[in-house]
Amino acid sequence: MPTLKLNGEEVEFEKGMTVLQVCEQAGVEVPRFCYHERLSIAGNCRMCLVEVKPGPPKPAASCALPAGDNMEVFTDSPMVKKARNGVMEFLLINHPLDCPICDQGGECDLQDQAMAYGVGGSRFHENKRAVKDKYMGPLISTIMTRCIHCTRCVRFSTEVGGVEDMGLLNRGEGAEISTLEKAVSSELSANVIDLCPVGALTSRPYKFNARPWELKKTESIDVMDGVGSNIRVDARGNEVLRVLPRLNEDVNEEWISDKTRYACDGLGKRRLDRVFVRGENGKLAASDWQSAFSLITEKLNGAEPGQIGAIAGDQCDVESMYALKDLLGRLGVTNMDCRQDGAKVDPNVRSSYLFNSSIAGIEEADALLIVGSNPRWEAPIINARIRKRWLAGGLKVALIGEQKDLTYDYDYVGAGPDSLKDLADGKHSFLDILKNAEKPMIILGPGAVARDDGDAIMAAAHTLADATGMVKDGWNGFNVLTTAASRVGGLDIGFAPGKDGLDTQGILDGAADGSVKVVYLLGADEIDMAKLKDAFVIYQGHHGDAGAHAADVILPGAAYTEKPGIYVNTEGRVQLARRAVFPPGDGREDWTILRALSAVVGQTLPYDNLGDLRQAIHGQCAHMIEIDSAPTAEWGDFGTPGDMSSAAFVSPIDNFYVTDPISRASETMAECTRVILNGEAEQGTGTDG
Amino acid sequence: MTTLLEDKDRIFTNLYGYHPWNLEAAKKRGDWDNTKALIELGRDKIIEEMKASGLRGRGGAGFPTGMKWSFMPKESDGRPAYLVVNADESEPGTCKDREIMRNDPHKLIEGCLVASFAMNANAAYIYIRGEYRHEYKVLEAAVAEAYEAGMIGKNACGSGFDFDLYIHHGAGAYICGEETALLESLEGKKGQPRLKPPFPAMSGLWGCPTTVNNVESIAVAPTILRRGAAWFSSFGRENNAGTKLFCVSGHVNKPCNVEEALSIPMKELLEKHCGGVRGGWDNLLAVIPGGSSVPCLPKDICDDVLMDFDALKEQKSGLGTAAVIVMDKSTDIIKAIARLSYFYKHESCGQCTPCREGTGWMWRVMERLVKGEAEIEEIDMLFDVSKQIEGHTICALGDAAAWPVQGLIRHFRDEIEDRIKNRTRVAMPAAAAE
Repeated sequence: MPTLKLNGEEVEFEKGMTVLQVCEQAGVEVPRFCYHERLSIAGNCRMCLVEVKPGPPKPAASCALPAGDNMEVFTDSPMVKKARNGVMEFLLINHPLDCPICDQGGECDLQDQAMAYGVGGSRFHENKRAVKDKYMGPLISTIMTRCIHCTRCVRFSTEVGGVEDMGLLNRGEGAEISTLEKAVSSELSANVIDLCPVGALTSRPYKFNARPWELKKTESIDVMDGVGSNIRVDARGNEVLRVLPRLNEDVNEEWISDKTRYACDGLGKRRLDRVFVRGENGKLAASDWQSAFSLITEKLNGAEPGQIGAIAGDQCDVESMYALKDLLGRLGVTNMDCRQDGAKVDPNVRSSYLFNSSIAGIEEADALLIVGSNPRWEAPIINARIRKRWLAGGLKVALIGEQKDLTYDYDYVGAGPDSLKDLADGKHSFLDILKNAEKPMIILGPGAVARDDGDAIMAAAHTLADATGMVKDGWNGFNVLTTAASRVGGLDIGFAPGKDGLDTQGILDGAADGSVKVVYLLGADEIDMAKLKDAFVIYQGHHGDAGAHAADVILPGAAYTEKPGIYVNTEGRVQLARRAVFPPGDGREDWTILRALSAVVGQTLPYDNLGDLRQAIHGQCAHMIEIDSAPTAEWGDFGTPGDMSSAAFVSPIDNFYVTDPISRASETMAECTRVILNGEAEQGTGTDG
Repeated sequence: MTTLLEDKDRIFTNLYGYHPWNLEAAKKRGDWDNTKALIELGRDKIIEEMKASGLRGRGGAGFPTGMKWSFMPKESDGRPAYLVVNADESEPGTCKDREIMRNDPHKLIEGCLVASFAMNANAAYIYIRGEYRHEYKVLEAAVAEAYEAGMIGKNACGSGFDFDLYIHHGAGAYICGEETALLESLEGKKGQPRLKPPFPAMSGLWGCPTTVNNVESIAVAPTILRRGAAWFSSFGRENNAGTKLFCVSGHVNKPCNVEEALSIPMKELLEKHCGGVRGGWDNLLAVIPGGSSVPCLPKDICDDVLMDFDALKEQKSGLGTAAVIVMDKSTDIIKAIARLSYFYKHESCGQCTPCREGTGWMWRVMERLVKGEAEIEEIDMLFDVSKQIEGHTICALGDAAAWPVQGLIRHFRDEIEDRIKNRTRVAMPAAAAE
């Protein structure tokens, strides 16, 4: 291993590292603004200057300098100190002194580094530069006078986001970051707010809401899609004010989608905070737990087990689903499903519903076939991984389904199952690319598996996977992408039709024809409620959405930020969400509602606290013990070969910003829909706040 | 005093455009004379000759041209190699490349062929300054002529070497004269310098090995090869060999472009070729010896300084592009340098902090110094600010902006102080009084 002398001490490093990385590895702090490990190197802020020998008698930018064997690097020499002071002074001369009213205050790189590396006063007696604020859409607020031109935002949106909306206009001290007065059209756009080292780009919905030191920070998991992005929930009092990404290399790196970040204002709106029971007059009226439980018990006891069904929604935690399954199981009910969309994955074969390659595994793939999926909307984080892999070179992508701009190039094979069949029959050259690839991969989206002929499509995909060597030692490239955060966990614990049980469609049809009399909806809102109108519907959830409207009894539950819970993401990674705030009003953690109900029903569930409940879950699903692990699943048989309809694959998401009860209640998401998707105008002067 | 360069030793024999620029006339002047034989010397021999000639890059930095060529990979790794000729002559005061392209374009084209061959490049680009519209047209016509005559193109000059030459018209930005910004611009991007390393010889135009040379460096190459390295290196002092185009402007009686041997004393250059300083030598105030970016020199240094790389460096200035800007005692030297500061503020690309923020700061302080609206201590502060820019930037524009100010303070501090002291007490901005 090559070595260099860092401030007089020998340190080893790997070939190809930059001097800044070597310093970081050795625990020596090097200040920086423009450098970001996930973006290309710009080297423009000049804050990371270090003294290097041998070399010219001037400091060098460590972020861009490859470390060399036997180099001598100094990060604290007088030359370096002078250089840092100088750069700091230059950055501050035109930076406004408005920290007291700046939203970045308290978490500002410039503030911190000015304290650490700057000089106390200013020698600049000229007028400061003022820059007109720019309009960047409903999510990003700009105060461009604060901009230090590090171009992190430009590099992020071009490289990670894959959109060319941002750029640096003009030159010299007239240089300005701009999107030409448009909203940034990326689903990841708001990450530039985190990247901005100063307060030039700040969060618009969170503007002037709180100071970072007032917030209680809770590390948690996102449920807006199946990715399970690692998030930090910042709350003041009992209100979630913002959601920020948390580093997890295996899942979301350090990005989150705009929906993950900004749907949180929906947590405070349209909440179910009381028990409701539908009265004689057909109207829902506030009630209390006891009478609701009695009514439910009456209805459950009055029905045969075959006449009862339960559907779990997309944002349920494993604990509540387990408790409901347990309770229904004790009543002999087998009609239950956690697949609202009716995805035809096989609940008994774990590899049939997992993103088997893992999200990080995308970076190893060299050929990718996307079937019936629009990953850019169904899982923007996964799409960003695919783009990252594609940018690195050597990944070929083909698509069967809707033709959308995915931010990377792909071969368009066709629109529907016929094209999948043609491909498998060798009528398309991409088959050879898959066959010749070292690590080929297929992604089946909900558009492909949540159809009546989903079984046949699963079987066809299985055959294709086998024929192209997608599954082999150390590699499983068969991936099913789910948009539901609860899906994998629910199927893992068996929240699926038992013996002779009905699935989602069966329960709905049964309710419509009267053979199912009681339906328990655990946060399920994305189903055809019209079919439930003759059944007795219990809705347990947190938002007054479709399910609540159809319900005869409403039990107020907790949203994902209000309860501790296990979630298993699309790749089968077990993750732990934590409680940031408490549910409003009478809302309770969902498993406790079920535990209380079970006692009234007379089938008391044998756990009195979360620990006992989790132990019970671990007894059934051992893999849930280890948090943040993603155990691989064994390859098995699934799918039923059969006729596939010729209807084109259609992604279930027609609006990225609004997909679930929380985002439907969010004003920010509504604004995004209006401005970004529908292109409606917003006052774009930058002076409107 | 040394003897002046004799006509027989001039390389640019049509510098003043007394003869036509076209191929026929160029051939009469000796261009394209058995170029095949030059190519037949072989790559190594050509580079060896260039090294032996002692030619240092004529674009300003003075890096040995032969050595630069030798950095190009000997064997291709599959990527093509390129020669890029920097004809973005934007340094204020400089107008030598303009004359070459206008009156002697075939020297440049022949040089491109020979240099490209030496570097295993089958294509060369000439990036010409946006304002050089006429020169662009001449060069384009000359290239067409050369293609027509088989001098370049497939089997150039019958040598068996295929060579294509493209001319690219810039848009008139000073920064695009910086070699990596030039490459960015050539690729169709915004002209902003790249980080080095990697150097262009490793990864330049479109990520391929590239050498960027000044017009003059390339245009003299064929003559050096024809007449031999020893001939070329017989001019000038050691390490400062050869002849060089000087562009003399300002307060001389006859401003001119002239080819002279390097190391000619400045005084002789001005007196012999330019009719002397306006009002006599004693009326001289200062000279900027190498284009706007190098520090100016006061008269007492100009008295006996030699015009070459090392002698001027010793005086903390530089030969730069050898654009000699002469200022007599009628000049407001502070205002002159303030104008240069404005130029650098205007042309800064804005990419890196010290240059983006510092050039504007320096210019604003300079403007106040012109009027004397400053404190004495601000002179030191200005010097310090210029030192904070110098050497801390991605490209050399930061240095170029800092040097003129440093030169002014170094040599004309008295003048600045006098002006501050003598100012009528004008109302200073409240902020400045703090």
